[in-house]
Amino acid sequence: MSTAAHADHGHDHAHAHHEPGFVEKYLWSTDHKMIAMQYLFTGMAMALVGGFTVYAFRMQLAFPGMSVPGYGRVTATDYNALVTTHGSVMIFWVAMPVLIAALGNYLIPLMIGCDDMVFPRLNRLSYQLFLISAIILVASFYVPGGAFGGAWTSYPPLSAKAEYSLTGLGSSMWLFAVALEFAAFLLGGINFVTTVMNSRAPGMKMFDVPIVVWMIIIASILFMASVGPLIAGAIMLMFDQQLGTGFFDPAKGGDPVLWQHLFWFFGHPEVYVVLLPAMGIVAEIITVFSRKKLFAYKTVLYTAIGTGVLSFFVWAHHQFIAGIDPRMANVFSVTTLLISIPVAEMVFVYIGTLYGGSIRLTTPMLWALAFIAEFLLGGVTGIFLGASGADIYFHDTYFVVAHFHYTFFPIAFIGSFAAITYWFPKMFGKMMNETWGKVHFWGTIIPFNFIFIPLFLLGIRGDHRRIYDYRHFPDLMKAGMQDLRILATISLLVLLAFQVVFLVNFFVSLFRGPKAPMNPWNANTLEWQAPSPPPHGNFPQGLPNVYRGPYEYSHPDRKDDYWPQTEPASEPAKT
Amino acid sequence: MPTGRLAVWWLIASEIVIFGGVLGAYLMHRLGHPEWANQSMHTSTWKGALNTFILLTSSLSAVLAHNAASRGDGKRAAKLLWATIGGGAAFLVVKSFEWTAEIKAGYTISSNTFWSFYYTAAGIHGLHVIAGMIVMMFVAADAAKGKELQRVENAGLYWHFVDLVWIFLFPLLYIAK
Amino acid sequence: MIDQYVESASTYAGDIDNVILLILAIVGFWFLLAQAVFFGLIFKFKARPNVKAQYVSGEKPHEKRWVALPHYATLVFDVLIIVMAIKVWHEVKINLPEANSTVRVIAQQWAWTFVHPGPDNKLDTADDITTVDELHVELNKTYHFELTSRDVLHSFSVPVFRLKQDAIPGRIIKGWFKPTQTGQFDIQCTEICGIGHGIMPARIVIETEAAHRLWNQANAPKLADAAPTTPPTSAGGMP
Ligand code: HEA
Ligand code: HEA
Ligand code: CUA
Ligand SMILES: [Cu+2]
Repeated sequence: MSTAAHADHGHDHAHAHHEPGFVEKYLWSTDHKMIAMQYLFTGMAMALVGGFTVYAFRMQLAFPGMSVPGYGRVTATDYNALVTTHGSVMIFWVAMPVLIAALGNYLIPLMIGCDDMVFPRLNRLSYQLFLISAIILVASFYVPGGAFGGAWTSYPPLSAKAEYSLTGLGSSMWLFAVALEFAAFLLGGINFVTTVMNSRAPGMKMFDVPIVVWMIIIASILFMASVGPLIAGAIMLMFDQQLGTGFFDPAKGGDPVLWQHLFWFFGHPEVYVVLLPAMGIVAEIITVFSRKKLFAYKTVLYTAIGTGVLSFFVWAHHQFIAGIDPRMANVFSVTTLLISIPVAEMVFVYIGTLYGGSIRLTTPMLWALAFIAEFLLGGVTGIFLGASGADIYFHDTYFVVAHFHYTFFPIAFIGSFAAITYWFPKMFGKMMNETWGKVHFWGTIIPFNFIFIPLFLLGIRGDHRRIYDYRHFPDLMKAGMQDLRILATISLLVLLAFQVVFLVNFFVSLFRGPKAPMNPWNANTLEWQAPSPPPHGNFPQGLPNVYRGPYEYSHPDRKDDYWPQTEPASEPAKT
Repeated sequence: MPTGRLAVWWLIASEIVIFGGVLGAYLMHRLGHPEWANQSMHTSTWKGALNTFILLTSSLSAVLAHNAASRGDGKRAAKLLWATIGGGAAFLVVKSFEWTAEIKAGYTISSNTFWSFYYTAAGIHGLHVIAGMIVMMFVAADAAKGKELQRVENAGLYWHFVDLVWIFLFPLLYIAK
Repeated sequence: MIDQYVESASTYAGDIDNVILLILAIVGFWFLLAQAVFFGLIFKFKARPNVKAQYVSGEKPHEKRWVALPHYATLVFDVLIIVMAIKVWHEVKINLPEANSTVRVIAQQWAWTFVHPGPDNKLDTADDITTVDELHVELNKTYHFELTSRDVLHSFSVPVFRLKQDAIPGRIIKGWFKPTQTGQFDIQCTEICGIGHGIMPARIVIETEAAHRLWNQANAPKLADAAPTTPPTSAGGMP
């Protein structure tokens, strides 16, 4: 990684004083806001890929053997490739870029009051690596043998040898794309952390930083600290594929379970890497729309850090029955259940924030509240899985699938929709349509539950994962089971149809929406003190000074129910 | 802390975890396979030791370069950086003789998992050596013109890290027999 | 709860179901309570004209109590769940009771091979019965299984037993079960193992003693023409 070469160009980045051309403005920009947009739109495009794959394979599950409109027949090979791509895309190319890269890039400089990231060119490089990784992944569908089908967890020996997976090239492309994506996010993370440490506006102390920024930073550090072993593992797996080494091949003295340790040592922290930014978004939105100070700011921070630290000690709960020493399961069962405490506390704090508020159910607020309600179900079902004895039955059933969709969907989609509807006025200088926003909200939330509650039931009844046709299993074709599968698929179709509402609302508002004022929600944080949309350099009136924390809503000494962070304290209270 | 140096520290932190993964995996395997000692016998301890010496020396010149840079003497800093780069090159030369001999003797990356680890760990480290050398070339070129002298320290920091990784690799791959 | 949908046919199936039920009761209670408070607050504090929100920092002790109390309660319930879960875990995965018989289970892309000990109840003798995709066991007998794989990872799952264990090439993993009900049920491969992962079903046949004896006699290879089966290769893996 020769990034150190670029590392220092940051401060000599001078603002271009000539009129930038199209390429320079949209494709080759170093402006953090434009890079954020690139991540956002790439992430949304990849959401369509993730959504299309899930459409194809869920149609196969509901109506096995049918020719899926727009796809064709889903063979067993296709099915595995579709599921693998769906999982990988949704996590690495949708949740991560939208929640961390797009929002981090957009919000960090604006919310801490500086003009750009400290290393703008590193930032651009990170996006370009990310884009290349996305292209490689999508391209792998079109190579001989097709895309990799060994699940997003890519366990060897299946993933290590072409004779087992029958997708030699696809496996390697998948692995390379993932590794490249990791490199992109490592660079991005270094940039984020350095920026927040060194470029905060004068007066902004540690506890004046908005929670969402904290969360993105903690998530970036968590990512950096956990991904290393998997990068090492990816190199080893690549050598197993390409050079015939035997790191994960028992016949050569290697160990397939080693990969699982390397993968989950990263994989578990990774789920909190995406959870925390979403939690941060929710914190911003519920404080603004209940006009309340965040209940126990410091507690939120400490629970986030606590969750992060604990998350390094739970990984083997994915491997209870994978052939690890069964006594190890006891340790990991304990740590796994303990992690429910900080997460629960964070949820309780958010619920506490609503107490005594003046709650406005705007579209972003609806999304933020829905996040809490839905995530709770995802969280508590994790307890069934963390309890080693119960996991013997639930492992690799649709109960697990439903568990993590009740966490991931709220994070990746509910969280993103909350963020997009909330920051849209700032990002594009236009207001989104509220009515259509609400239509889209209900049209997403209701079918969402109708997709995944049936999957919980199917999991309880024994449906196991990554099976393209349940008709091979007599016990899984009992009365009602196929109906549940069909119900889930139909609900998915409804959900997908309502995403059109979102996309139309998004683009129509973007071009035709009413002009947004600087601070449409009467919020306190710094980004709302910049013009909508902020110009290059962010704060044309000069970089702001910060006088207080971000959540001083409904302060008793003030007539206004908000108190921007930039407003000098000396100004007499307007009572 | 200056932004550049801060970023190098974070870069090093994330690299430590990567090497941690490789070495952790190697250690786990090594403990489970005492018979690998028969393989590691065929590594060349003296070449490894020579390389250790070369890297340590090059780190010293990196320190001296930093000293020169902090005195504002860009010319001297550049010279010393070139000396460090020379050290890196010497390291790679020794390494290539070593690997050639080993491959000729039939110990390739796929002949045994010990050798897989041997080539992989040292290979990743070697890439870091090359990366460090490239970085230092740019820094030295600037420093010679008296520009961006603070980067001399950052490049040095990175080089010390590369050196330190080798200090771990050497006993694990060569001495443990 | 599970046994309403999936029959329970091993000695420990009921214990696993009970842990699940216990967790359901505990987290179900907390889940409903949290949702009730959550929706209650939303309705109670909906914005009204001229009513300003309260200013609560949440940093004062009497405010923090509202978070601290559930926090400790969560801890207590966590401990309860852990104790129950680990007890069952020990029963299923750690303690190996004396076996009446041992079967060998070999997974490969994409079929199951089962080696039964045959009439003499000993493995690796000439009368072993090898079957594909069908495992025959006897009611109320304690079985050990020796699980391995020939190529990639697979997982040996018998839902009616609530039993699941991954198979790893190069390693033999031991476990046990004791069937408590006759019938034919699914065996599933629950670890993705390539293109045929979805077509790797097998059946388990649980028979009474008499029926099992008959099956043994009918299927045991005639000693004259049967070569002794060789145990699967066990290359050195990590322990
Ligand atoms: C962002 C996503 C996300 C999040 C936040 C979580 C959160 C949790 N997960 Fe989940 N999980 C996944 C994503 C996620 N998970 C994925 C993707 C997989 C499968 C991967 C694969 O195999 O493909 C998985 C799989 C998985 C397994 C492995 C299952 C298996 O394969 O057999 C386990 C086991 O322990 C587990 C546990 C937990 C726990 C205990 C939490 C906890 O953090 C939850 C804590 C939250 C709460 C508990 C709710 C709030 C608390 C209360 C209301 C108080 C009351 C609670 C008690 C009294 C306990 N998860
Ligand atoms: C972030 C993670 C994420 C998300 C959001 C989803 C979303 C969905 N997932 Fe997926 N899923 C995974 C991660 C995720 N999944 C993983 C990791 C696996 C395991 C893979 C494996 O086994 O290897 C999996 C597996 C998986 C399975 C199991 C397959 C099997 O084992 O055989 C199923 C089955 O129904 C399923 C269904 C769905 C459905 C119906 C949705 C729906 O909610 C999807 C709805 C889609 C959209 C809503 C997209 C369109 C929207 C827009 C274009 C709007 C604009 C976008 C933005 C603002 C970002 N998923
Ligand atoms: Cu065998 Cu899945
Ligand atoms: Cu986990």
